[in-house]
Order: sequence, then structure tokens, then C-alpha cells
Amino acid sequence: MDFGLTKEQKDIQMAAREFAQGEFDPDVALELEKEGKYPFEIWNKTRDLGFIGMHIPEEYGGQELGILDNALVVEEFCRQNSGIGMALGLSIFGSEMILRFGSNDQRKKHLPSITKGKSASSLAYIEEDQGKDFASFKTTATKTNSGYLVNGNKSFVVNGTLPGFVIVLCQLANSEKPGEQVALILPKDTDGLVATEMGGRVGMRMLKIATLSFNDLEVSHESLIGGEGQGQNQLMNYLNEMNIGAAAMATGIAQGAFDLGLAYAKQREQFGRKIGSFEAIRDKLADMDTRIEVARLLTYRAAWHFDNNDPNPKINYMAKMVSADTALEVAKDSLHIYGGYGYVVEERIEQFYRDASMVDIIGMPGETDKSLIADQIIGKI
Amino acid sequence: MDFDLTNEQKAIRDMCRKFAREVISPRAEELERTEEHPYEIIEQMADLGMMGIPFPVEYGGGNGDWVGMHLCIEELSRGDILFGAILDITTSIVGQELFAFGTEEQKQRWLIPIAQGKELGAFGLTEPDAGSDAGATRTTAALEGEEWVISGSKQFISNTGLDNSSIVIITAKTPRDSDGKEIICTIIVPEGTPGFQVGEKYEKLGMRAAATHELVFNDCRVPRDYLLGDIEKGFAQHLTVLETGRISVAAVATGLAQACFDEAIDFTRRRLQVDKYLSTSQRIPFKLADIAMRIELSRNMYLKAAWLKDKGEKHRLEAHFAKLYGSETATEIVAEVLKIFGPYGYLDEYPISRYFKQAKLWEIVEGTSEMQRLIIARELL
Repeated sequence: MDFGLTKEQKDIQMAAREFAQGEFDPDVALELEKEGKYPFEIWNKTRDLGFIGMHIPEEYGGQELGILDNALVVEEFCRQNSGIGMALGLSIFGSEMILRFGSNDQRKKHLPSITKGKSASSLAYIEEDQGKDFASFKTTATKTNSGYLVNGNKSFVVNGTLPGFVIVLCQLANSEKPGEQVALILPKDTDGLVATEMGGRVGMRMLKIATLSFNDLEVSHESLIGGEGQGQNQLMNYLNEMNIGAAAMATGIAQGAFDLGLAYAKQREQFGRKIGSFEAIRDKLADMDTRIEVARLLTYRAAWHFDNNDPNPKINYMAKMVSADTALEVAKDSLHIYGGYGYVVEERIEQFYRDASMVDIIGMPGETDKSLIADQIIGKI
Repeated sequence: MDFDLTNEQKAIRDMCRKFAREVISPRAEELERTEEHPYEIIEQMADLGMMGIPFPVEYGGGNGDWVGMHLCIEELSRGDILFGAILDITTSIVGQELFAFGTEEQKQRWLIPIAQGKELGAFGLTEPDAGSDAGATRTTAALEGEEWVISGSKQFISNTGLDNSSIVIITAKTPRDSDGKEIICTIIVPEGTPGFQVGEKYEKLGMRAAATHELVFNDCRVPRDYLLGDIEKGFAQHLTVLETGRISVAAVATGLAQACFDEAIDFTRRRLQVDKYLSTSQRIPFKLADIAMRIELSRNMYLKAAWLKDKGEKHRLEAHFAKLYGSETATEIVAEVLKIFGPYGYLDEYPISRYFKQAKLWEIVEGTSEMQRLIIARELL
């Protein structure tokens, strides 16, 4: 048993913390958040410094470190600013589909563009009125002599209007076996693909989230990840892995919200005392910190399993659910400590509250995961 | 025991429900987005007699009761809580304070247009350093000849800065004639009085259309007879009407929770069809059962408090229970429903997003949950 971070991991954590403290200017962040703008400048710097894709091998432009190292960075970024943190943390969303299941050629071709180039990856898997197990898609891939013809619509595509590639989950239209799925990689600036930014939302406002519509879009055979029929399995595996990243973001959001609430409690006076000296607030802060510690432990454990070649889907799920719940509860309590000021945009805590509202939709949808875990625990009865 | 509403109360509830559905709901998203004050809706509410339900006809009211008034607040809040919030302040607090403690002249001059809904009243209690500790008022009122000279500032004051804002009833410190000891009195200050400045509108997490401002008083002079009620009991008078304000907050929160529940029921019916889990699905239906139960409890609590008030009985604890339970329940319900909706609930084009941003406020305004518990506990011990 060893709960310590290595020297290298501590250095990474500190580097990420210092970078975020130095570069995430609060006024700039307020502006980006208000206008719903992507943090391009900060993103460029993080990429130059190697913060993007810590867990991707060096030959593909990464740092060849672990999921835990990546989690530490993402946590620190979200701690400083939930919006910027999520935008950066999700700039490589979906690219592990290629890292884990793609060919060497596909990795070489695509991954450096997101770690080193000016691209953000996307994964298009959400459709309207979709079953929660992703067992079928309305978007189709029709086999042609040279590859596939893609038709359909996807929504909630993260980074949908940013340059880069998108991995699209499709149902094979003319498959021998009905229900077979494919994951196809294609560039976002392709004829036949229209990306439309989705409107305002509760949180994650800096992200570019779009609907994508595919109209007779031709892609080659080389765009297929793995083999035909593997799409759903790859997706479920990836989304479960992504739970670790989401858990790290949630932990960071919780910590950042807590930092603000704690500072406010130590500074605000009512009834002639700092409000942090009242038992009700002290207990609240103690509970918040306890929850964050629990979330962090589970998150690091999930990452540790993964990095030690023993990925544990159940722990990944638990880490995300606990962290997501914690983020929302802690942000809510922190905002509450602010009282009326908590409602004022300038005070920043409201952004953490909004961003904390639904971290569990990143990666595997919570309820899908819960069903899978229950399957695993209960087995056949 | 009798849980029936009178015919008049039922008529009010049904009229307000219809009004919320037909007039308010279709505008709610736009109001939150454009942050514009809905003058024309308030005008219609005034024409329908919603603004002065509990006051006698001779003062422009509807000769109704507080149960009817709060049914109106709940139903309007189902359309958009902005309208419940406006009513809470102008009718439950300001109108009542004038009615209960005002001179005949004050009632004629200010209560009648407020009860008729032609003008909106505001109350100014909170200051930068007087939040939960409302007694820490720094604003001062000094009697100079036949005038009160007011200096200081008030914070987070709603219903101000509008074309039809009439007065703000403020609390201010003043030296007692006999011994010079500082007491808190309440004074009526009409908008537009020289030296009374309405500051910038706050940019808020939610309920952005509410006209909430900082107020600054700088050598602001009003006639001596603008003092409201007993000079010695200003603070106590204010607290008395705030007791009703708590019932109103509970009704607002209940309306918000009900609106959220209505959406969740519709959404779940559609989802269950998509997932074809109708016979075995329990997770969400059970959640809905809990939500429905809690809303019913919230409603019963505020109605009981209003009923006691109508009977002229003590209802202090009940008002606190209603406010505390209703507001905390609303926040929790909205977070649950957001999860039920999944990513779609996150978008501003669906109402859940708005509910999420509006809900937390009610645990803060008119006494945070901590203050509610403090007062309840004091009463019990």
C-alpha cells in the first residue's frame, strides 16, 4: 500500500497549479465565460508546455506518463477555474478511442495533431431519443467500394466546431449482421459535414458543443477504428475510461469551490465575528473537505488501477459518481456560505456551481454505468 | 380539521394557474435571457386583481386572505418565479407593512397603488455588512427640523429602478430622543427623491430579469411623517412582515419545484417509451415518487402557515419550517430532475436549466437556512 505521489507526480501537480494560478486570469475567465469563448490562448500555452495528453506516448506527441498524471493536471486546472479547466481537459475528448483501439498508422496520423498541433478531437455518439446503452444509432455508415457513406445527426459533440478530427459512431446500414457498429475517424472540415453550435447552457459555457449533421459524407476504409462490429464495445470501454478524467475534473471543481468558500468564511464578518467561527459553518467546511478527500482518493485509485494495467470499471464509475456528487454539493455549500454575494456573477463561485451541476454526463452517462455495475455486482439471478 | 379550499381560494388558484400557463410560461425563457422587466405581464396581473389579494377593497385590494395570496404566488411561480418574487416583496412585505403600520395618509398614498398593482414596492434591509446580521444596519436617519436625512447604502434590493417602482421601506439607525441610544426605525423613501441613487443592476446567476440593485442614500431628505409606524419598533415591525415573506418564499419554491416536476413527468413518459423499460424501470419512477411527495409536503407547510396567519394565530415556527423545507427541497429536486433529463436538461432552451439557476436563491434570501434553523432552535429551546 502506498498513498503517496512520486516526486515526479508532485512536480507535475505543482507545475500545473502554478501555471493555472499564473495564467487563468480571473477577469479574462469572467469574460470568456460570459461570452462563451474558447480559451484559445491558454490552450496554446498548455500544449506548448506539454500539459495536454500527459498519458499519450511520446511518439504521438504526449508525455508518455500515466492517467494519474493527466488527472493531476486536469484537477489543478479545474480547481483554478472550472470552465477553463474543463475546456482544456476535454480538448482531447475521444482521442483515446484511437490510442486504445486504433492502428499504429491512425495514431501517428491523428494523435500528434491534438497534443502538438492546433486541433481538438471530438467524439460523436449522442443522438436524440437514444437508448442509454448505445446499442443502436440512427446515424448510418453505408459500405461502398472505397469505404463508407455516412448519414445522420449527432448532438452534444464536444469541440464540434473546433478544428480537428471527429470519431463518429455509426450503424452499418448494409451489414450482414444487423446491429453492427463502426467507429469512423474523419476531419471536421469535410464536405457533407455541417457543425452547428448548440445554444446557451447551465455550465461548460466556454466549450464548443455542437450538433453535427452528416450528409452522404464519404470516408475511406482507413478511417475505420478496429474492425466492423466493434464500435459499441470500443465506445463503452472508452467512456468508462473517461470516467477517470471526469472524476478528476469534478474533484478539481470541488476543491476550487471549497477554496473560495473557505476564504470567504475566513474573511466575512457577521454578528461581530468571522462567519467561519460559527459552528454551523465550521461543520459545513469540515464536511465539504471530507467529501473532497473521499472523491480524490477514489479518483486516484481508479487512475492507479489503470496505470498498473488493472483497469477497474467499477472503481472508475464509483470515482466519477462520488466526485460529481461532491462537486455539486461542495459548490452548492460554498455558494451558500457566500450568502447573497454567491448569486453575483463577479464573485465567481456561481460559475463553479453551474459547472458542477452535471459533471456526471461526461464520459459514461451515470445511469448507464450504474446498470452495468449492478450487473457486475449481482450477476445472474 | 378541514383541508378544503374555499370556492374563492380555488377560483384564485385556477385563474393564476391558467394565467401562468398561458401568459407567463411562454415568456419565461426570454425574460431570463433578455433580463427585461415584464411590465405588460404585471399590468395584466394588476387588472386581474393579483397584486392586492389580502387587502380590503377600500385600499385597492381584493378582500381575500393570505391562503389565497399564497396560492396565487405558487401558481404564478410555476410559470416563472420572477412573478412570485415580485409579489412576495410588493404585496406580502411592503403592502402589508404599510397596511399594518402605516398612517391613513400613508395607506392612501402608497398602499392603494401597490395593492392595485400600478406601482411596485421594495424593502431595503440588507447592507454590505448587514446580511444575516440584519441588525448591523449602518444606514443612518437623522431628524433635522421636519426632515429625515438619510445616509448609507442598501444591497440586493429588488423591485427598484423600474418605471413603476414607488417606494422603498428602509431600516435605518437613529438616536432616540430621550437618551440618544441608537434604535432602528423604518422610513419610507420614494424613488426619485434627491440623494437617493439606484446603482447598477446586479448580474446574477439566475432570475436575471429581477430588478435588483444597490441603493445609495447621500444626504437624502424625506418629510418627517415618512416614518413608518413606531420609531422604537421599526426593526420589529419589519421582522413581523418578513414572517409572511417566509411563507411567500415557500410558495415560490413550491411553484418552482412543481414546474420542474411537471417537466420531469413529461420527459420520463417519453424516455420510458424509448428505452422500453416500462415494466421494470424503477430508478426514475421512484425518484419521481419522492419528488411528488416532497412537493406536497412543501405545499401543505406553507398553506398551514398562511392558514394560521389568516386565523390570527401564532405561526412563526410554521413560517420558518415552510421556508426552510420548501427552499431546500426545491434546490434538491431541481438537481435530481437535471439528472433525469441528462444532457438536454443542461440547455437553456429547456426550462430545467433556468430552474437550476433560480432555485438556490431561495435558500439564501429573506434569511439563509442557517438563520431559519437558528430561529427555530431558539424557539424550541
